[in-house]
Amino acid sequence: MSPVLITFYFLAAFTLATAFLTIYSKNPIHSAIYLVLCMVSIMGHYLLLNAQFVAIVQLIVYAGAIMVLMLFTIMLMNLNKEDEVHKPRITRLGAIVVFILMSIVLITIFINSKTIMGEYDSSGEDFQSIKVLGKVLLNEYMVPFEFASILLLVAMIGTVLLTKKEKDQK
Amino acid sequence: MDSAFIIEKSVFIVAIFAITMVMAMYSTWAERKVAAFLQDRVGPNRAGWGGLLQPLADGMKLFAKEEFFPNTPNRFLFIVGPAIAMSTALMTSAVMPWGDKLEIFGRTVILQATDIDVALLYVFGIISVGVYGIMIGGWASNNKFSLMSSVRAASQMVSYEIAMGLSIIALLMMTGTLSLKEIAAQQAGMNWNVFYQPVGFLIFLICAFAETNRTPFDLAECESELIGGYHTEYSSMKMGFYLFAEYANMFISSAILAVLYFGAYNYPGMQWMVDNVGVNAANILGIVVLFIKICFFIFFYMWVRWTIPRFRYDQLMHLGWKILIPLAIVNIMVTGICILVFK
Repeated sequence: MSPVLITFYFLAAFTLATAFLTIYSKNPIHSAIYLVLCMVSIMGHYLLLNAQFVAIVQLIVYAGAIMVLMLFTIMLMNLNKEDEVHKPRITRLGAIVVFILMSIVLITIFINSKTIMGEYDSSGEDFQSIKVLGKVLLNEYMVPFEFASILLLVAMIGTVLLTKKEKDQK
Repeated sequence: MDSAFIIEKSVFIVAIFAITMVMAMYSTWAERKVAAFLQDRVGPNRAGWGGLLQPLADGMKLFAKEEFFPNTPNRFLFIVGPAIAMSTALMTSAVMPWGDKLEIFGRTVILQATDIDVALLYVFGIISVGVYGIMIGGWASNNKFSLMSSVRAASQMVSYEIAMGLSIIALLMMTGTLSLKEIAAQQAGMNWNVFYQPVGFLIFLICAFAETNRTPFDLAECESELIGGYHTEYSSMKMGFYLFAEYANMFISSAILAVLYFGAYNYPGMQWMVDNVGVNAANILGIVVLFIKICFFIFFYMWVRWTIPRFRYDQLMHLGWKILIPLAIVNIMVTGICILVFK
């Protein structure tokens, strides 16, 4: 086995283990910490694929920002067993159905996906560099990129609107 | 990959580690001396000449103290907290360019542990993860004051990271690269970025104070409200790690400030030195110059600490969200217009 393969197996085991522990731990803070570890190990997967930029962005956005805020919220909310919302059986059934549908989508994507690494390798371009990534994003994928930014902007405005007090309530 | 390369990098990594540790150690000494100077006192002067052995004595004291564990169900996380704080403080130095290059035995040695394409983002990533040390440690202490402190630390870090990132974007628009080595090389002569990006530098400086948890933004360990904040329950070397991590962070952020805005290892007449005296002499002087700049910023941190009182929490949030972020966005726009007009 090559060192890369061994690293991959180790990382994959780590990712799966932390993901399962995220679901199974009783304490919400422990769950969140396992999720942080899971996110960091996904960064390792990106590094194995030679995608430095995506790896670092994964670290900054998920481990550094989103999970910090999530831990922050959990610490503030003080979740106890007694306060847990009672879940009726139908929601559990719904969750299972959603999970199965999601798995079908993921598996079909996995089967239909083509490895395009070879093509990029033969083109001789340093496809992991930020310059190439930026050019591809703003030329080939200009429209989806702009749509994604509008989506984020709308979400941001929505949050600000939610936190604003209504004037007549003062 | 030849063995000489591995030896070279290992020596370099160990050297950086040692230097960071020594700088952090003597920052504690310098902090007391600066505080004493600003308050018209003498400061430590018993252990060694001018109190120079004081940090060693402090380290011995911390090691020898009793390890106290609070009544917490999370002993493991209680230990992990200071460990994360210390390791993230040491990790950022990997991408710092400490100098240009040296020529030893016919080999060109680049004075940087690793030169990755996304060095600057790497630094940001590590800084953003660093807050877990405070959060996890504060939560695992099982103490309300510590918990308050970790909640404060989290919101403060996230708020100031935005302004910090935005101030860097304006710089990146000018330099066109994320590699710290290239950013340093572009500032040859007196072409320092601070002359082109004064507002960006100011925003970055303020955010650096907030990110390293230094006064006036040390709300996380605000002793008048929270006893000692996240390290209330800590004792012995675990407490020492938190304090040490703060000084190591200070050293690294001073290095980042010097590299990004104050010309890194460049000094006026460096090219003349390279041509007339030799590459090695010129670059060793460059390293010395970089360390002088770093020491100045460390002194600046202490100067501010003993001059400006702590902010109130709402003032902190107001400054971060309503002043620094809009200012940083305006700075980006002005930079964009200037690039369009002058280039």
